[in-house]
Amino acid sequence: MSAVIDTHGHEDHGPKRGFMRWVTTTNHKDIGAMYLWFSLAMFFVGGLFALIIRSELFQPGLQIVEPEFFNQMTTMHGLIMVFGAVMPAFVGLANWLIPVMIGGPDMALPRLNNWSFWLLPFSFTILLSTMFMEGGGPNYGWTFYAPLSTSYAPPSVTFFIFAMHLMGVSSILGSINIIATIFNMRAPGMTLMKMPMFVWSWLITSYLLVAVIPVLAGVITMMLMDINFGTSFFDAAGGGDPVLFQHVFWFFGHPEVYIMILPAFGIVSHIIPAFARKPLFGYSSMVYATSSIAFLSFIVWAHHMFTVGIPLVGELFFMYATMLIAVPTGVKVFNWITTMFRGSMTFETPMLFALAFVVLFTIGGFSGLMLAIAPADFQYHDTYFVVAHFHYVLVPGAIFAIFAAMYYWLPKMTGNMYPEWLGKLHFWLSFVGMNLTFFPMHFIGLAGMPRRIPDYNMQFADFNMVASVGAFAFGFTQLLFLAIVIITIRGGKKAEAKSWEGAEGLEWSLPSPAPYHTFATPPEVK
Amino acid sequence: MAGAYYVPEQSKLPIAATLASSIMMIGAGIWVVDNGQGNVYTSGPTIFAAGLVAVLAVMYVWFSTVVKEHQAGMNNAQLQRSYVWGMGWFIFSEVMFFAAFFGALFYVRNFSIPWLGGEGEKGVTNMLWQGFEATWPLMQTPSQALEASTGIAAANTVRGPGEIIPWSGLPLINTILLLSSSVTVHFAHSALKAGNDKGMSRWLAATVILGFVFVGFQAEEYVLAYTELGLTLETGVYGATFFMLTGFHGLHVCIGAIMLSIMWLRHRKGHFQPKDHFGFEAASWYWHFVDVVWVGLFLFVYIL
Ligand code: HEM
Ligand SMILES: [Cu+2]
Repeated sequence: MSAVIDTHGHEDHGPKRGFMRWVTTTNHKDIGAMYLWFSLAMFFVGGLFALIIRSELFQPGLQIVEPEFFNQMTTMHGLIMVFGAVMPAFVGLANWLIPVMIGGPDMALPRLNNWSFWLLPFSFTILLSTMFMEGGGPNYGWTFYAPLSTSYAPPSVTFFIFAMHLMGVSSILGSINIIATIFNMRAPGMTLMKMPMFVWSWLITSYLLVAVIPVLAGVITMMLMDINFGTSFFDAAGGGDPVLFQHVFWFFGHPEVYIMILPAFGIVSHIIPAFARKPLFGYSSMVYATSSIAFLSFIVWAHHMFTVGIPLVGELFFMYATMLIAVPTGVKVFNWITTMFRGSMTFETPMLFALAFVVLFTIGGFSGLMLAIAPADFQYHDTYFVVAHFHYVLVPGAIFAIFAAMYYWLPKMTGNMYPEWLGKLHFWLSFVGMNLTFFPMHFIGLAGMPRRIPDYNMQFADFNMVASVGAFAFGFTQLLFLAIVIITIRGGKKAEAKSWEGAEGLEWSLPSPAPYHTFATPPEVK
Repeated sequence: MAGAYYVPEQSKLPIAATLASSIMMIGAGIWVVDNGQGNVYTSGPTIFAAGLVAVLAVMYVWFSTVVKEHQAGMNNAQLQRSYVWGMGWFIFSEVMFFAAFFGALFYVRNFSIPWLGGEGEKGVTNMLWQGFEATWPLMQTPSQALEASTGIAAANTVRGPGEIIPWSGLPLINTILLLSSSVTVHFAHSALKAGNDKGMSRWLAATVILGFVFVGFQAEEYVLAYTELGLTLETGVYGATFFMLTGFHGLHVCIGAIMLSIMWLRHRKGHFQPKDHFGFEAASWYWHFVDVVWVGLFLFVYIL
């Protein structure tokens, strides 16, 4: 446990070998890689659960799983994808990329960084183990509304709560670390308004995290107390209110959805300029748009609660505030498109994913706007239309951006180019599979099919069948991604330092693969 | 100082921290679940205690490592700024944790309880709780009121508190104690900056003593509430918000006071210089934060 002042170049010697390297590492690239692998593993676990859901919904009627187990599947799918797949993937990218992009040697607090990561496998082990406990695992939806998650929950809910606490500690420490890194480790000359967009987006995301994860901790603590210690936060018999749960949860929950999309915005703002071979259009407006989205995300939470019974002024306020978010979001989409305008574009895999992101995320944004219309939401709420909406912003939104980032920076991480044709194949199969899965959900949702129910009316049968076929196609396609990553790590065409012709930024000034320690002396940024 | 970046070598501390905190959480889970099922022979407390001891041990080793590195001159100005940022935003996250509970208090007082009592836009809920009138402090819960006025017992009747704690007694004394402790810790800081070691020691000791006296009075208040006033965690949402807010605050006072005691010891060992004492400064920020939370509590939980 000795520490050194790193005055000599570290490039010459690599890390220690073996398992303990990963357990004890304080290197941001090691930790970033672990986050990314963890996220991929969780992506497959969550994906498995999704396929169980889609199998059951392939046909009307109950055939494969018990309704009770179906509930556990919808719940665990959501929890694992949100907290286990999407968030850790972005944190992993942040770890790997931010120090390199700002010309710093590592994260500001490297040991804390290791702790943030290792909490995750442990907390998810606890979470997954609840499924084997008496009464089963979480079955109350990823939003765990009280009283379903309190009075009517299986006993394992207590372990769910503690697992979420550990995850929360991990997120808070991770985001504090990112804030400290960005403010403190920038190379001389790297002013805030010269920072790469990915760094900006993560700075803002970190603020969202430190502000709302403690609120999540608060609400699960209230649950814990209601369940085990006789308090009445969510029980009207004692003067509490189940709707209070929803307010506190969504105060966390809505910023949380932006936590899952802002880093994606950042990634796309790197990739589109690179492959359009033009600088990002409207850099400073991007920064301001991202900040306004983050700010607005704190005052829109009750758009998830239009039908629950809030006062009319509340309905109106939250409706208009929500629609306001479309303005900065529109600015971003406009800027991405304008960046491409008259660019000399090529369509390598990262660009394909980024373009699909722009188009499909926008579809998700539009369905979001429809949902934001309070009177209309009375029809849409808790139907498959909502499921379609958030899968459009999360799958071709967050997850496509993660894929885009992986293809874009994989040469820098591994030193090898991935096989382009396989990447393109992965893209097209994902693109088709994902649209096949989620587009029909708009129709069955508008027609009134409720979400989270294992059986449905005959009238929804065809579209459900299509969605299930799409889901299997999308799901199995992701094995191809795993294969591509492994192939690229093991070999392939050597990547140049600047792996993409149009790529800009400090990370491309480093050799590929980037050495274990980078920027032991700060580079000069002009 | 270009080129003097600080990069710590590999460390076993984080994984130890992970193991310790996971064991603690698992222990707490087993304990609570077994307790709920009336199972008295539970391994929970033992596992929890083991985890807690491990957490404390790891914290001790981790912090002493940081201190030793600092004394060995390994922490450059940049790393120290990172610690400053880290502590600052950690405190902010704590503020948001309290905000959740203050928000809950605000919501029940201004929205849900009036609605349950038939006032306001969602007053129709009163239909389910006939006879309930909105009051704060909530001495009679909706389920009690329903039972009293109609004879119908709710599925689970929750009793309200018998009496509540008036702000003018112990809470007022505690306010004075805690506010003065914020002043004393500031004096300690000034003394330290002026190189006045004795002053620092004394003022800091005074702060710690004030802190622990506060905790003592708070404990006395709880005993009184449970044994004489009939005010418990289970007495409706008044009891819930009261104990959760004051309880988490009390816990933070304990942590803060322990932190300051350690700073007192470290000062005695000569760890702090007039211009180099971030450990102490961090603890004193924490202390001011705890103090500010108390002011909020005193106003919104006790007085208003
Ligand atoms: C243009 C911006 C957006 C608007 C106007 C919007 C609006 C809405 C509204 C009104 C709902 C509630 C629907 C209901 O339950 O009846 C909703 C649900 C949801 N949105 Fe969005 N949204 C937007 C962007 C996003 C983004 C970027 C994400 C995530 C990356 C996201 C994720 C979600 C999720 C996960 C839910 C469902 C939560 C649940 O009930 O399980 N949304 N959105
Ligand atoms: Cu929302």
